[in-house]
Amino acid sequence: MSKFKKDGGKETPAISTASLPDIIFILLFFFMVATVMRETELMVQIAYPKATELQKLEKKSLVNYIYVGSPTTNHEQKYGSAPRIQLNDRIADKVEDIRDFILQERSKVDENLIGSLTTSLRVDKDVTMGIVSDIKQELRKVQALKINYSAVQKLD
Amino acid sequence: MGKRKKRQSTEINASSMADIAFLLLIFFLVTTTMDIDKGIISTLPPISDEPPDDTQANKRNVLNILVNKRDDLLVKGEPLQVTDLRELIKKHVNNNGRDPNFSDSPNDAIVSLKNDRGTTYDMYVQVLNEIRGGYNELRNEFANSNFGMDFQDLTKEQQKTVVKTYPLKLSEAEPEEFGGGES
Repeated sequence: MSKFKKDGGKETPAISTASLPDIIFILLFFFMVATVMRETELMVQIAYPKATELQKLEKKSLVNYIYVGSPTTNHEQKYGSAPRIQLNDRIADKVEDIRDFILQERSKVDENLIGSLTTSLRVDKDVTMGIVSDIKQELRKVQALKINYSAVQKLD
Repeated sequence: MGKRKKRQSTEINASSMADIAFLLLIFFLVTTTMDIDKGIISTLPPISDEPPDDTQANKRNVLNILVNKRDDLLVKGEPLQVTDLRELIKKHVNNNGRDPNFSDSPNDAIVSLKNDRGTTYDMYVQVLNEIRGGYNELRNEFANSNFGMDFQDLTKEQQKTVVKTYPLKLSEAEPEEFGGGES
């Protein structure tokens, strides 16, 4: 019995975990501030092109997103592998759907803010310009003229 | 002894606090994204039935950029690398009538961009980026020589004057299939 010295004195005190919640809360607050809610699930793969002359989009609530890219592996069976357009959480059947999409989004915002609505084109860099030009034509038809070509900062 | 025990029991056990915080943290990790919301902001021309009025634009004022489906550039009828485009844009816009092949004044200068339907989006963004970059550099130089500050640091009014001196006039033709060989 005396092999195991069980007498007190040398016993190391347990590490206090009282500050652990605080550390986790700090992490939590960091993520709450630095991220935004995922609005839509991406159904297309997008690798953004790189550019240097970038500007920040200001009012997030006044931005509509149009995603263009090849469907992800989960959706490949249904939609094929050719680049498709995603509006909100569905894949558009045809380019003309963009008009309805814009009009629908427009009805959601205040009337005097319609002019500052921006459409952000989030397009995969390997997509050809044909589809992008068609989108631009549709946007012109509904007078949604402010657009943004989404890109990431190029590091030199 | 009995009294001390009572006092101890009033302490709330906070060890599960960490678990609760962890749950919240994981929830936020899953439902949110680090979103990029940066890009090249541009304005499309309004649609009109009338054909564009190129006739009055002097030929020397228009810098024609063609991009074919193999992502090759053709500027003013000659092949060019994207990396050299920025300098050429600056030269074209800031010519002020010196070289008869380039623009009369920054105010008259027009950049015309035409791409094939097969051009990749990446290339298109690169070209737009260089055009924008060229103009940004010119505006910055102007701001520095006239106001002694970078363009970004100027007041709204001053920025307006700078933009008025170097207005970015980008004309985009509707793409057509002008080929470029097999891709």
